[in-house]
Amino acid sequence: MSTEMGAQKTGRTKRNKVKIFGREYQTNEVMIGLLFILPTIGFMVFTFIIPVIDVVELSFTNFNLKTRTMEFIKFDNYTKLLGTEDFWKSLLNTVKYSVMKLTLDTSIALFLAVLLDKSLPLKKFFRSSFFAPVVVPMVASSLIWIWFYDPTVGPFNQILGWLGLPESQWLYHESTALWSILLFSLWKGVGYNIILFLSGLQNIPDSYTEAAKLDGASEWQLFWKVKFPLLRPITSFVIMMGIINSFKVFAEFNVMTPDGGPLGSTKLIVSYIYELAFTNGRMGRACACALMLFVLIFVLTQFQSLVGARKTVDID
Amino acid sequence: MSKATKVKYSYNRHTVSFIVLFLLSLAMIFPFVWMILSSFKTAADVYQYPPRWIPSVWNWKNYSQVFSMIPFLRYYWNSILTTVAETALQIVISILAAYSLVHLKWPGQGFVAAVMRSSMFVPMVVTMIPMYLLCASLGLIDTYSGIILPQITTAFTTFLIMSYFASIPQDMIDAAKLDGCGPAGIMMRVVVPNTKGAIATATLFSFLGNWKSYTWPLIITTKTEYRTLPIGLKYLTQESSSEYQVMMAAAVMTILPVLIVFIFFEKQLVRSITLTGMKS
Repeated sequence: MSTEMGAQKTGRTKRNKVKIFGREYQTNEVMIGLLFILPTIGFMVFTFIIPVIDVVELSFTNFNLKTRTMEFIKFDNYTKLLGTEDFWKSLLNTVKYSVMKLTLDTSIALFLAVLLDKSLPLKKFFRSSFFAPVVVPMVASSLIWIWFYDPTVGPFNQILGWLGLPESQWLYHESTALWSILLFSLWKGVGYNIILFLSGLQNIPDSYTEAAKLDGASEWQLFWKVKFPLLRPITSFVIMMGIINSFKVFAEFNVMTPDGGPLGSTKLIVSYIYELAFTNGRMGRACACALMLFVLIFVLTQFQSLVGARKTVDID
Repeated sequence: MSKATKVKYSYNRHTVSFIVLFLLSLAMIFPFVWMILSSFKTAADVYQYPPRWIPSVWNWKNYSQVFSMIPFLRYYWNSILTTVAETALQIVISILAAYSLVHLKWPGQGFVAAVMRSSMFVPMVVTMIPMYLLCASLGLIDTYSGIILPQITTAFTTFLIMSYFASIPQDMIDAAKLDGCGPAGIMMRVVVPNTKGAIATATLFSFLGNWKSYTWPLIITTKTEYRTLPIGLKYLTQESSSEYQVMMAAAVMTILPVLIVFIFFEKQLVRSITLTGMKS
């Protein structure tokens, strides 16, 4: 805007300026700005700042909700956790689940997105059918799958029978329970990443792919040499979200196997924290475990973003 | 000649892609088909071996049984009430904050934004125990406030809305200033009306997140009458001792409205997902 108008404006509002820490602000902007940010700060204090301070503090105590004891025990919660078999088992289950979920979810989504990127009949229907499970409520849809997995009256064993394969105990055996829930969560979640990859693929300028085709690139080369590197920022995001979400997964496990599954085979780290805190009342121990989970997620995502950032290619 | 083979080649490729996608799509929608069919089955149909896919008679009793087994409408109402309240609060607070951070200048902005950003890195599982204890000491267990207030996290929606607010041309704002609009007037008359679509996207996103919220309502409710739909359904699996046909009737009544909304809003939903992917 013209400087003339600016001058006119400052002339009128000269008196309404304040100097804070050597910088000049307009008084009414400061007042209204603070007023508007106030609710955010209020909620942030109660849902973030205070709980974060408390969780650290509690993790150094043996606070028990049932016995109402609370003593300062230094690092005992942490050292005891590291010596508890249940902790390691739930951590191992979480890692098993996360690695498989991340690998399968990302690769299947990428594969299907590439297929959906072609011009095919019924494309819209395909996309919707992959996406529909993402939006439907999790608990309600896991009710369906609990039936699928029923060893006697469920359709899955019937289908296995048609295919001449041996029946499975699904959720009711320690060797298959975790993978059964994984299959459910793949069905539930793969559409989300398909949408992300698909939008990435559609953002790749046609000139890139055409240039590669002119150079005689096969479809295989086109994907690995052109499309995949260009999708890197999205792949990076998908993996990052995958790590965060799969390490803190809880709902589907709590619904499908409320007691941690056969021989604790589906007890994950969040289920373990939940059990410590709300079944046993051992709040201090649970807080220590939650913080360890946080550190783990934080380290993994930082590591991932370092690796991911190094090879990022800008689409523009 | 070579062109013809090339075309045929890619045609075959497309056929394979089509068949793969077609079969997988059927697998993806199979659970919904099964759910609807099975909600009409009788107990005899359910426990028949081998499993029966199509009900022998179309029996509506399972639906009425849902209402006699659990306070289903109450759960529905609780879910609607808490989700709408959470979403409304989140969006209003986010709009105010986004406007304040983008279009106004005041000391400490950078610090507030940094704290907000770091709050996005801390999952609920870390803060839930102290928050539960806080709510317990305030007597918020088994209250709507107890369900709603601790779930008001606004950092994500604020940053999402901020990115749109930043795209409003400064000229437009200067013009409104010259017309005598104060900061509040600029927000209500210039910034918000020009980002309606983006705010709708953020609202949809936040609504879906709140609707599926599970862990916190599970912790903070002990009485049946405060359970939200997901929590009520979770207990249905334990209380109905595998009366699958009733569970399916409940699932239909929960899922079908969402699927109908999905059919109408698929475009917006897809957009909200791609945007969050791009922004991060």
